[in-house]
Amino acid sequence: MAYSARRDASPIIKNVLLLDSEGRRIAVKYFSDEWPSNSAKLAFEKFVFTKTQKTNARSEVEISLFENNVVVYRFMQDLHFFVTGGHDENELALATVLQGFFDAVTLLLRGNVDQREALENLDLIFLCLDEIVDGGMILETDGNMIAGKVATHSLDEGSPLSEQVNATPTTPFNLLQIMLRVNRC
Amino acid sequence: MAQYVKKDDDRDEEAEYSPFSGIEKGAVLQEARVFNDPQLDSRRCSQVITKLLYLLNQGDTFTKVEATEVFFSVTKLFQARDIGLRRMVYLIIKELSPCADEVIIVTSSLMKDMNSKTDVYRANAIRVLCRITDGTLLTQIERYLKQAIVDKNPVVASAALVSGYHLLQTNPEIVKRWSNEVQEAVQSRAALVQFHALALLHQIRQNDRLAVSKLVTSLTKGTVRSPLAQCLLIRYTTQVIRESSMNSQPGDRPFYDYLEGCLRHKSEMVILEAARAITELSGVTSRELTPAITVLQLFLSSSKPVLRFAAVRTLNKVAMTHPMAVTSCNIDMESLISDQNRSIATLAITTLLKTGNESGVDRLMKQITNFMSDIADEFKIVVVDAIRSLCLKFPLKFRTLMNFLSNILREEGGFEYKKAIVDSIVTIIRDIPDAKESGLLHLCEFIEDCEFTYLSTQILHFLGIEGPKTSDPSKFIRYIYNRVILENATVRASAVSTLAKFGATVDSLKPRIFVLLRRCLYDNDDEVRDRATLYLNTIGGDGSVVETDKEVKEFLFGSFDLPLVNLETSLKNYEPSDEPFDVSSVPREVKSQPFAEKKAAAKKPTGLGAPPPAPTSTVDAYEKLLVSIPEFSTFGQLFKSSAPVELTEAETEYAVNVVKHIFDKHVVFQYNCTNTIPEQLLENVTIVVDASEAEEFEEIATKALKSLPYDTPGQTFVAFEKPEGVPSVGKFANVLRFIVKEVDPTSGEAEEDGVEDEYQLEEFEVVAADYMLKVGVSNFRNAWESLGPDFERVDEYGLGPRESLKEAVTAVINLLGMQPCEGTEVVAANSRSHTCLLSGVYIGNVKVLVRLSFGLDSGKEVAMKLAVRSEDEAVSDAIHELVAN
Repeated sequence: MAYSARRDASPIIKNVLLLDSEGRRIAVKYFSDEWPSNSAKLAFEKFVFTKTQKTNARSEVEISLFENNVVVYRFMQDLHFFVTGGHDENELALATVLQGFFDAVTLLLRGNVDQREALENLDLIFLCLDEIVDGGMILETDGNMIAGKVATHSLDEGSPLSEQVNATPTTPFNLLQIMLRVNRC
Repeated sequence: MAQYVKKDDDRDEEAEYSPFSGIEKGAVLQEARVFNDPQLDSRRCSQVITKLLYLLNQGDTFTKVEATEVFFSVTKLFQARDIGLRRMVYLIIKELSPCADEVIIVTSSLMKDMNSKTDVYRANAIRVLCRITDGTLLTQIERYLKQAIVDKNPVVASAALVSGYHLLQTNPEIVKRWSNEVQEAVQSRAALVQFHALALLHQIRQNDRLAVSKLVTSLTKGTVRSPLAQCLLIRYTTQVIRESSMNSQPGDRPFYDYLEGCLRHKSEMVILEAARAITELSGVTSRELTPAITVLQLFLSSSKPVLRFAAVRTLNKVAMTHPMAVTSCNIDMESLISDQNRSIATLAITTLLKTGNESGVDRLMKQITNFMSDIADEFKIVVVDAIRSLCLKFPLKFRTLMNFLSNILREEGGFEYKKAIVDSIVTIIRDIPDAKESGLLHLCEFIEDCEFTYLSTQILHFLGIEGPKTSDPSKFIRYIYNRVILENATVRASAVSTLAKFGATVDSLKPRIFVLLRRCLYDNDDEVRDRATLYLNTIGGDGSVVETDKEVKEFLFGSFDLPLVNLETSLKNYEPSDEPFDVSSVPREVKSQPFAEKKAAAKKPTGLGAPPPAPTSTVDAYEKLLVSIPEFSTFGQLFKSSAPVELTEAETEYAVNVVKHIFDKHVVFQYNCTNTIPEQLLENVTIVVDASEAEEFEEIATKALKSLPYDTPGQTFVAFEKPEGVPSVGKFANVLRFIVKEVDPTSGEAEEDGVEDEYQLEEFEVVAADYMLKVGVSNFRNAWESLGPDFERVDEYGLGPRESLKEAVTAVINLLGMQPCEGTEVVAANSRSHTCLLSGVYIGNVKVLVRLSFGLDSGKEVAMKLAVRSEDEAVSDAIHELVAN
């Protein structure tokens, strides 16, 4: 898809990455054909991961310019969140997407934002990525809303309550909101 | 399956636990058979899909057969009523991107979901269907999509709008029919629906300027809720401004008030977008800039790195065009030098170095010194480069800057960093004569303790060239001889050469140098001993104070004027025989491509590795080449050599370009020929020139090229006589004539007999600009006044309608072939008048200065006033004649 021709129009997200403490993939989603092969993608991930290690991204959203891309990132325990956009993209739009992704994952993992929890709930992470960006276009940026959409997953009236409790990804929506408030304090 | 559920048992072995460790594609594909079970286990199916998605996400690929198989079994899962499972089904269908006949199978299921009562189903089914569908199916579901766009559920509406945005690429005519619904959605109360609707609406109308303008006009008055939508509107507004600016007067810019209003928006995203839009307006005035700079300045002290980064990046760009506008931010910018985020710190420094004035340099350097110790090498290199350009900008400050460079040179650092510092010092030494002595001593101190052989040898070489020219060359000897005692063989060898250079150029030092060189005869390395022996035997004078023979100097230290590539090719072609290899048989002409590279390199700041100013060196090379040809050796001093003019298209059988050499009474055309056919050998290559359209020229000599093998450039020359000192012009038609011999590609041997052949080349002209040397002056005003008004000639010319002022200015500069001074060749966009200053030296060594004033009237007619001052009345008139013709 020819994104470059449309850059003038709407903010375009080139990729969203969730990497582990060694820079390996937990879940990634690319929306740009700038990285045509898997090895190109892996190389980009490795580059971005190593270049951002010595930064303050644990306490706040950080930002760097790598070649022709702006990357915003935030780390939490052994999880590394990245969002990439073109070099002339509005940095705050990218940061908003990152914040939405980060908040949603925090909610969905019930505050246990670490690699193990993320892998165990990988289906939620995939759904989360699907709800944030669609083909490069920002779909939703509010972490609460994203988590809400993903969490309807388990609000199926058809299945008995006990099963919902046993199934890994269960947090009713109102609880999520309470947790979000706690997290923001 | 097992490892996925048994998480509780594994809690203890924390370290490398992953539910997916040991996952294997074949096994997962086997597991996918559960999709076909008559009694579906929703949870288990979800987990298997997660595994499939995991494999795809890690970069695994499914073969066509595998993908089809998975796809078919997944379609069975539409029977299950579990929402969670359905969501996973949607995901995997998108990932598998099925082909057209597969799509048909899920179409009805997805269409059913599109009309379901559950909003989650509807939104996702729309996105999936639109992703995998083709045009024919789209017409079937169009009705539903139009309804979805105006659906009261924002998630459904957004899904339809975003899908429309993507579909516009492939099926524009269908999506364009949805305009009314999209327009309605723009008014939605839901923030993101508004954003998506606006993006789609603009995309639909992007080629209709009037419609976009109307859209912008109505929306900038109304309320746009979402920050993202507001950003879009700012982008569209700047687009409208850009397109309307062509036919409106500067000063009353439409929509500027809207942009300025956005600077007070509550969302930072919008403020940033607006500020950036204002700074990027073409021909922005400082009054328009001020409010944008003010908000960006506030961002500089934000606690959020992203905001600081965005602000400093924008200001950095503004500093390139409006440095004065940014100076108000200097204090905030200085505090960013110590920012933890290195991208921000580096941007802040480079901005400051651009906007800083001479008086602030000392303070700035102090701050940078503190900062240098804790940043990575790659950022240090950026800073060093910026300091080098600052030093060239404020030559009076070289002491401070040189001290800074020498200090950081002493500190720890990698090769690239050290090389950048050394290159900078060398550039400063070359450009600022006062800095030479101290700069050289800094370099000497550096090599006393330098771990990089490459840098040591480069510095020693540089010392050999510059050291003898200083007031007291003897003080460098100690440093150089220390290298002979302490270093590895490579450095020792180059130290010996440097010593010899001092000995050869500074006669008074010769006896002492000889003593040192004799000691080197006992070195344990062959190369060092050989060099010492060579120098001792050739410099001569036996160690007494005598002048070194000029030829010896030339032989030992003269520049090697053969292109190394050509020498290499010739040596490879040389077969050992009784006949010794003849250096003079090596072609001297550089291939045109490396020539171009050299030119490109000359634009970059020159350091150690780069040759001293390239333009003179090519002129020198041409001069040497021409003097070495007996036919042309009597022509006297070469006045000017033009840049090569291509006479063939790129990638033809034979590539030929011509260089025009201008002498006082003669011109010599140097035709550089390259044979690009491996199966051919050309012999006796000449150019037949038809000068019937160049009346004042008379052909007096040609020099043929004996042989032109494949891919080895060669030259042939044609010389003409012309009236002395007169800038004669004319047109020349050319034919390449040669004898072609077939070459056997396997043995590389040419056949005995050749065939005579011709090859038509393009024409070229000798123009007035060929008689003008581009020589700049540093202060045009002084130069202009000192020439005086005695031979000033002023006249006005109409240049007729032109595309733009810029084009007219460039055309006149090219016509005159003179050097633009003080950056006056740059024409500000949209300006209606311009003054351009040119300087040059005309044939006969007459200095010429030109002042051009251009004006553009409403009908795009360009008028020009031309004022010429020169040392000779006739020349001033000649310049006017050039333009008049």
